[in-house]
Amino acid sequence: MLLAVVETRKIFGGTTHLERVFFYLLALVVLVVFFAGLGLRVKKYMAGRPLDASRFRRARVPLEKPGVSAPVPLTQTGVDIAANRTVSRRNHAVGGAHLLLFWGFLGLLAATIIVGLDYDVYGNLTRIFGGKELSFFKGWFYLGYNAIFDTAGLAAIVGAVWLAVRRIRDTKSSVALDYTRAQKPRSGYSRAAMTAGDHLFIFGLILILFTGILLQGLRIDAAGFPSFERWTWLGYLVGSGFGALGLHGSAAGTAHFWLWWVHILMALAFVAYLPFSKALHMISAPANLAVRDPGNTRRLPSPPSGHAGYQDFADFTSKELLGFDACTKCGRCHSVCPARTGGAPLSPRDLILDLRQYADRKRGIPMVLDWEERPDQSGPKNLEGRLAGEVIEPATLWSCTTCMACVEICPVGIEHVPTIVSLRRSLVDAGEMDPTLQAALENIATQGNSFGKSSRMRARWTKGLDIPIPDARKEEVEYLWFLGDFASFDERLQEISRTLARVLTANGISFGILYEDERNAGNDVRRAGEEGLFEMLVEKNMEAFSKASFKKIFTTDPHSFNTLRNEYPAYGLDKPVMHYSELLASLISEGRVSLAGLDKKVTYHDPCYLGRYNRIFDAPRSVITSAGCELVEMPRNRTNSFCCGAGGGRIWMDDSVLAERPSANRIREAAELDVGYFVVACPKDYAMFSDAVKSTGNEDRMKVVDIVELFAEASGELALAGAASEEAPES
Amino acid sequence: MAENDVVVIAERVVGGHPDVTFELLGKAKEIASALGGEVHCLVVGSPEGHECLGASDHLHLVEGEHLWPYNPHAWESAVSALLTQIKPRLVLASTGTVGIDLCGALAAQSGSMLASYVVDLSVEGSTLMAVAQLYGGKLMAECDLGDGPAFVTAIPGSFASQATRVDGVANATSHAHEAAEVRMRHVALTEPEKTGVDITSEELLVSVGRGIGSQSNIDLAQELAEVLGAGLSASRPVIDQGWLPKAHQVGKSGKKVKPKIYLALGISGAPEHLEGMRQAELIIACNTDATAPIFEVAHYGTTADLFDLVPEILDLIGG
Amino acid sequence: MKIVVAMRQIADLVEELEVDASGADIDREFVKFVSNEWDEAALEEALCLKEAHGGEVVVVGVDDVDFDQTLFGALAKGADRAVKLDCGFEGWMPTAVRAEILARWLREESFDLVLTGVQAADDLDGQLAGVLGARLGLPHAAVVVGLEPDGSGFKVTQELGGGVTLTSHATGPLVLGIQAARQAPRYVPISRIRQAMSAGGIEVVEVEAPSARAPKVTRLFAPEAKGRAEMLGDKPSEVAARIVELIRAKGVSVS
Ligand SMILES: Cc1cc2nc3c(=O)[nH]c(=O)nc-3n(C[C@H](O)[C@H](O)[C@H](O)COP(=O)(O)OP(=O)(O)OC[C@H]3O[C@@H](n4cnc5c(N)ncnc54)[C@H](O)[C@@H]3O)c2cc1C
Ligand code: SF4
Ligand code: SF4
Repeated sequence: MLLAVVETRKIFGGTTHLERVFFYLLALVVLVVFFAGLGLRVKKYMAGRPLDASRFRRARVPLEKPGVSAPVPLTQTGVDIAANRTVSRRNHAVGGAHLLLFWGFLGLLAATIIVGLDYDVYGNLTRIFGGKELSFFKGWFYLGYNAIFDTAGLAAIVGAVWLAVRRIRDTKSSVALDYTRAQKPRSGYSRAAMTAGDHLFIFGLILILFTGILLQGLRIDAAGFPSFERWTWLGYLVGSGFGALGLHGSAAGTAHFWLWWVHILMALAFVAYLPFSKALHMISAPANLAVRDPGNTRRLPSPPSGHAGYQDFADFTSKELLGFDACTKCGRCHSVCPARTGGAPLSPRDLILDLRQYADRKRGIPMVLDWEERPDQSGPKNLEGRLAGEVIEPATLWSCTTCMACVEICPVGIEHVPTIVSLRRSLVDAGEMDPTLQAALENIATQGNSFGKSSRMRARWTKGLDIPIPDARKEEVEYLWFLGDFASFDERLQEISRTLARVLTANGISFGILYEDERNAGNDVRRAGEEGLFEMLVEKNMEAFSKASFKKIFTTDPHSFNTLRNEYPAYGLDKPVMHYSELLASLISEGRVSLAGLDKKVTYHDPCYLGRYNRIFDAPRSVITSAGCELVEMPRNRTNSFCCGAGGGRIWMDDSVLAERPSANRIREAAELDVGYFVVACPKDYAMFSDAVKSTGNEDRMKVVDIVELFAEASGELALAGAASEEAPES
Repeated sequence: MAENDVVVIAERVVGGHPDVTFELLGKAKEIASALGGEVHCLVVGSPEGHECLGASDHLHLVEGEHLWPYNPHAWESAVSALLTQIKPRLVLASTGTVGIDLCGALAAQSGSMLASYVVDLSVEGSTLMAVAQLYGGKLMAECDLGDGPAFVTAIPGSFASQATRVDGVANATSHAHEAAEVRMRHVALTEPEKTGVDITSEELLVSVGRGIGSQSNIDLAQELAEVLGAGLSASRPVIDQGWLPKAHQVGKSGKKVKPKIYLALGISGAPEHLEGMRQAELIIACNTDATAPIFEVAHYGTTADLFDLVPEILDLIGG
Repeated sequence: MKIVVAMRQIADLVEELEVDASGADIDREFVKFVSNEWDEAALEEALCLKEAHGGEVVVVGVDDVDFDQTLFGALAKGADRAVKLDCGFEGWMPTAVRAEILARWLREESFDLVLTGVQAADDLDGQLAGVLGARLGLPHAAVVVGLEPDGSGFKVTQELGGGVTLTSHATGPLVLGIQAARQAPRYVPISRIRQAMSAGGIEVVEVEAPSARAPKVTRLFAPEAKGRAEMLGDKPSEVAARIVELIRAKGVSVS
């Protein structure tokens, strides 16, 4: 019989009617399982607190900065997801492999859907209504389809194999892939199941992809290599391989038959497995990226009504619950976390995984090979215990410096910090905290500063000045200078405050201070979890602001800067807030000051609250380079800067449990560079790193200086000589 | 029973008579002679070791049920009974547990004047003038105690004591005290265990900083502390190095201490350290660097090398 | 068990205290007043006792600057009642007067224990517990560091100095001056204090200010200011001798 050549293939691999029935029944069950799993999850998210609707309000609040505090536009999120931008940050190799797998997989998904549309929908519709089953899966469509989706298949395989090889090879060498917990449960634990789950996921995927390609080869081989199948180039190639091995004709057909079932059963199993495993991130990760809110960490959310902090499952927001499900255990947060690096019992990854398991157990959602085993009912298995305190250990919560490195790098847009603070709030509410933190909070509550000094002594630092510092409450100034506690009270830093005062005065900047009315701005108080005290401080400071007349605010302290800039607007602050580094940089860029070349080799440390939080990277650098210094960057700089360990109230807590203080870790990094100066733009940094330079034995090699000291020296205001800085005579 | 007599309450509760009793006896003699009266010393409970209280003109040994070991309730009634006999112009005790237990209540019962935290006491005409140390030593109050009966509790160490340890007592009287109603009974007296470290409760602290150089040199400081009967504390680097346990750390992230004397050896005086010890009554600093900030808060300082200085001190008292 | 805790305000010692125009009192105008730290220990001990054995904690004190703050703090921490005795007095109140005011109020109340701080930084005419105990005719003890109900009474542990402690059994009611509670005073979050404030609940009792004999302060002054350390030279033997002398002069016994 002569048949016209029709470029198509048989879609269903089975032969008998029974097989067909079996397949459809199985597919039905799989779909039920899949949607039931998804439904369980969606219901879980719905059980959380609803998302803050303001996330979707696109109206721009005056002081918001896109990408910092303003929501990410959905189009940008779309591009981020499509280009796997968050995955390839700081790791282009993995990003590239993932991108191949991502698009390859999407391509194959599209291919499957098209076939389904043709065979099950179009075919059935035409059979029922037209009496004859038709198909568009033929001719040029068929050829193009094969050419394109074969390429997708190859991309997916290459990406998947790459990732699998890395997962096996790098598990020992990469901190990120090592699943050892940072906080060790007393009873012991095992994460073998999680590791097995990871392998099942990636190797299962590879097997499905691989069998798919093999099937093509067998089919083409069995069909005797019709020339149009050259379009199915990968299958043709594989088929030729089979041919070369001597597999032909009906033998190839039989092999095809069995392999088809293997392939189909695996693929169906995968669909059923998806909502209960790591594979879920294919759905939850993009969803979570779409609802991420960069403002959330910079401007912490208020506690749930009725609870001071998170106490039970229902306190989590839908966004948080979705985020827990999105975590892929990639370990990027784990490897950048200064607490984890220093040996503290906190890993942001473990925290998210613990909370995910807790949430799933609470909701009775099963997971396939994605659970940690423990011999007892501790940690995430403790469904009756206190969420903050038992499910998550207090020491874990207190270890966080709120440096935001985890939020910054998380490829799936999880926001760890607001969750940690919300849990801390419960600890504070129960009065459970380090005695030194308690003392600091009590001092702040009574005298408005953490130093336990009288509030009336706040402007004492001005005593050593021969220039008057205007009182912004009494005279009108352009800038209100908000110093913060350290710049006001710490003896070492008072000299730097005086230098800044001299520099600004010499350059004709109109500024004033609040004298004894300034209170701790509350950034770290809030992040320590003491929301009530934070609100009290805001009230006091807002009252002080209302007594003063000024146009803009600038701060010395990046922590104060963050809360004034991002959080105070909600309480009525409507003035622009700057950091002194920006002010100094503007003096230079406006040509108001000429700096002499200093000829120093320096490195610069980005403070978390200035850099990552508020994206101010260039202003301090421009001061440094304009002063003629050679700036050598540390390997971890800008958004990847490594925390000094002081943030989030950590500066008030005992850090002797750490194997290595983050500040010491950072100084060792700088010491590799062979620079004489470690430049900072934050009073807390000055305190932390001066100490770390000593404790790491680098006193003779490196000196910690503030950018204003460099500025002053370069402008002839001050000579930056030995340890005791000599003041130049006033001009 | 003259109305210008001065009474000193001996505050021995365990061991020997404490220094403060002799300080008070010295002051009592001075005041008594200015007023033209005599000095009485009350020894309650156990007469043991009373021979060294010879500086008083009259020694009263009170014994009775519940009076030994120390029992605040029983002592109050015993002393009260004696005072109604003696009718003194002035009663002296220290601002310690016994003095606080007794004087407030006795003064209230008899409607007498009371001044505490006294560091100086004198007679002007017919009135008694006292100087008290208030507000944690930030202010001194000079006050007039009038010309009637008065109680004074003094801060130990305020008056010189050496001269008044006089042996041999001529004029001792024994009294038996029968308590009417005892609502407090003795259970136990516990001497300190030397195991737990509590640098906050030490009167004298020898504190070492990074200047101590190494773990092995800690022994030298330890020896000095033992000889002085002092506690041993340290700055953070010493703790970080593991040379001493965390419980010894003074400062921002350690303990806040308020000893009478803080002897700082090889400590530079970083703000975080000063935060923890600034309130010591007397700070003596040893640091080879004359510009070290510790000298800004210390009362006395020396730029001697600590490794030269410590052996010298050990020679002076250890030998 | 009903425990009354007597609390009071005191100038915050972190303040630079200045002497007022009379020369006999601190300038109270700009100084921050806070709760007496030992009273906080007394409150903590009372709350711990209540938590362990049940009962009621009533906080009481004579009105003073910001005393409401302290009372609300106590309510937020778990006190059942807060009573403010208002007698219109301003300035430096002698212990004798304070004790009399409290005694008059306490005579109308029933209680098992009165706890108060062992001392306050300005109690020139004596520490409250003893004076109050005498006025009420009750047994009392100072420098208390341990307290436990024991049969019909209490086991009271006092610190006698040098680390020696004394434990006695006393039948109540008792008045005790607390040196330290079994645990450091708890932290009470500001939000809870604010809740207590909005709930109100301070009982105000008008009382009369009695008169009492107390020393008349003729002059209040700062001890001689010390500048930089007095340098003892650098000859080890001489310095050592001076240091030993300084230690002895301070009344710390050196073996
Ligand atoms: C957040 C934070 C919290 C901190 N908390 C604390 C804390 O609680 N407690 C604390 O102490 N520190 C604390 N620090 C550390 C503090 O900043 C200082 O680094 C530390 O106090 C310095 O200790 P030091 O004086 O022993 O050492 P150094 O500063 O190194 O001083 C050693 C001194 O010894 C002198 N010296 C050397 N040899 C001799 C000799 N032979 N004889 C005499 N003198 C000699 C030297 O001149 C030098 O002045 C903290 C730091 C930070 C950032
Ligand atoms: S904010 Fe910083 S310290 Fe806290 S969990 Fe994240 S990375 Fe770790
Ligand atoms: S939380 Fe984010 S960064 Fe951390 S392991 Fe999970 S996916 Fe990776």
